[in-house]
Amino acid sequence: MNQSIIQWFRFGSPQAFYPIAGRMIPWFWAAAAAFGIAGLWISFFVAPTDAQQGEGYRIIFVHVPASWMSMFLYLIMAFWAGLGLALNTRLSGMMAQAVAPTGALMALLSLWTGALWGKPMWGAWWVWDARLTSELILFFLYLGFMALQAAIDDPRRADKAGAILALVGVVNIPIIYFSVKWWNTLHQGSTINLTKAPSMAHTMLWGMLLMALCFWMYSIAVALTRVRAIILERERHTDWVKHAVE
Amino acid sequence: MLNVSGLACSRGERRLFSDVGFSLDVGEWLHVQGENGSGKTSMMRLLVGLSPADAGEIRWRNEPTPSTEFRRDLIYLGHHAAVKEDLTPLENLSLAAALDGIALDERAALAALVRLGLRGREELPVRVLSAGQKRRVLLARLLTRPAVLWVLDEAFNALDVAAVKLLGELIAEHLSAGGMAVLTSHQPLPVPGGKALVL
Amino acid sequence: MNAFFATVRRDLLLALRRKSEVLTAVFFFVIVTSLFPLGIGPEPVLLKKIAPGILWVAALLATLLGLPRLFAADHVDGTLEQMALSPSSLGLLVAGKILAHWLLCGLPLVLLAPVLGLQFDLDAPALGILTLALLLGTPLLSLIGAIGAALTLGVRGGGVLLALLVLPLYIPALIFGAGAVEAHIAGLGAGGHLSLLAAMLALAVFFAPWATTAALRIALE
Repeated sequence: MNQSIIQWFRFGSPQAFYPIAGRMIPWFWAAAAAFGIAGLWISFFVAPTDAQQGEGYRIIFVHVPASWMSMFLYLIMAFWAGLGLALNTRLSGMMAQAVAPTGALMALLSLWTGALWGKPMWGAWWVWDARLTSELILFFLYLGFMALQAAIDDPRRADKAGAILALVGVVNIPIIYFSVKWWNTLHQGSTINLTKAPSMAHTMLWGMLLMALCFWMYSIAVALTRVRAIILERERHTDWVKHAVE
Repeated sequence: MLNVSGLACSRGERRLFSDVGFSLDVGEWLHVQGENGSGKTSMMRLLVGLSPADAGEIRWRNEPTPSTEFRRDLIYLGHHAAVKEDLTPLENLSLAAALDGIALDERAALAALVRLGLRGREELPVRVLSAGQKRRVLLARLLTRPAVLWVLDEAFNALDVAAVKLLGELIAEHLSAGGMAVLTSHQPLPVPGGKALVL
Repeated sequence: MNAFFATVRRDLLLALRRKSEVLTAVFFFVIVTSLFPLGIGPEPVLLKKIAPGILWVAALLATLLGLPRLFAADHVDGTLEQMALSPSSLGLLVAGKILAHWLLCGLPLVLLAPVLGLQFDLDAPALGILTLALLLGTPLLSLIGAIGAALTLGVRGGGVLLALLVLPLYIPALIFGAGAVEAHIAGLGAGGHLSLLAAMLALAVFFAPWATTAALRIALE
């Protein structure tokens, strides 16, 4: 076997990954803070007030990156789950398990900020808008994944069952998304759309991108912290964990 | 024919066994022994391919298992009854054969049931039979399903003296006809010869 | 292929010996659809408008009711182990079980739907579209549901968990199924909806038995 592949497998072992993750986490937190401060500064002080929506539109600087993140994280979760199923590596399943709660949080944040924006714009906390509805269904898919993993005692079986569910979800997400969109147009849904409504100024785009980077860094930092906890929990009977915890 | 090497298995955090190896040839049988919880059943499930091994290799006719050929040559009877309570013994046998893709005429099925001492009970639902009789319905599959390798986990449980003797005879006949068997049991088995594997 | 039909025959025979389990889901479907007019009021215009949605949601829940039993009995008595070790491919046997489940839990709903549709003042062409949509949609529900049933096999609180896993995946079937009837009533034509349902069914026929088989092998480990 070739040298670099051996290297990869070495990092793939929980024991080797644990200290590496520990060293990486502070950097991701620092990057998250830096992007977050820059993004918030642009979104509050630099981006112009929207002519139609006033100051209320500024919530899109949280809403849009959170929606993006919730979808990306599902893909990442499914990627790790699929990798674990194909190569039977222990770390992959742990990664999938670690990503899921952050994904669910992002979906919830997206729904919540969507509702906050919807109240002044549509006059209702909840409107069956295509994007919000898809986001709600995505949130349910995350909950299902986490509930299935929590219900199965044997972690290896939990990983594999979760992986199949995540892959089935990935196949279904586009179908769900287009069906909801179709349903929405058929029923003459709302015409104002959260992401399309403001004719986006350059500064707005920058603010959104910086916030998206902040959310990326935050998600990676939190997922790595969580995967470290999962490694300790699952490998608690091994000698190296006993040494590491001391 | 059956070559097992370096087999290892753990349940949760506990290592049940490691580096188990044996080989079986035509006419030979293996007695897997061990205390409660030593991993006999886990060993059998690894062997037939229901659960994956942590390490090790199982080869059948020099091919790694599980293969379709291995499944065609294998019959595994475990702890479970594996018979449908709402069906009659005859229906159970013929449907099990149909699911396995094996043609089984009714006379052969009846003969198997008679051999297992179930004469007159072919048409009763299995639910009204006793535990030992249910077990006999399952064991009748040994006669209706042509297989080279018999893997029987605690097959002698819940059987009366006559049935234990009968099963011993069936296994001996199978071995002399060129078959192989892997058995687990706590008690000494009424089958002559045999290799032993202690877990 | 013989093993496939043998599985269908076996599951139908078992259901025939225990009719109550099948009838429960059918009665559930009838009762739930009949409850809506009582809760909403007997106004025909409103009932006609919501009929497709109600019938579809009720069909969804009735299918869900039968799903936990799809593999549970075979798992408990060890028959599923035998199937996994059978020389026949497990995927084929699983496909047979799913077809039997649809014949027992899905087809009765399709046949009953036009009768129940009359309660909601649907006219004959709309009833035809409703039946056709259910005929395409209920096998889809059985196929997707089987994946969930296999994943939750032998798991604590499996029934509720199954609903949580499967219902979000049922949403496209619900949207296009109920949408077909609504589109027809609105005079838009149901062809698009029905062909999309058929496309999803074709996708599920190839994909779902495979995923179900993989999940069952994991559950048996």
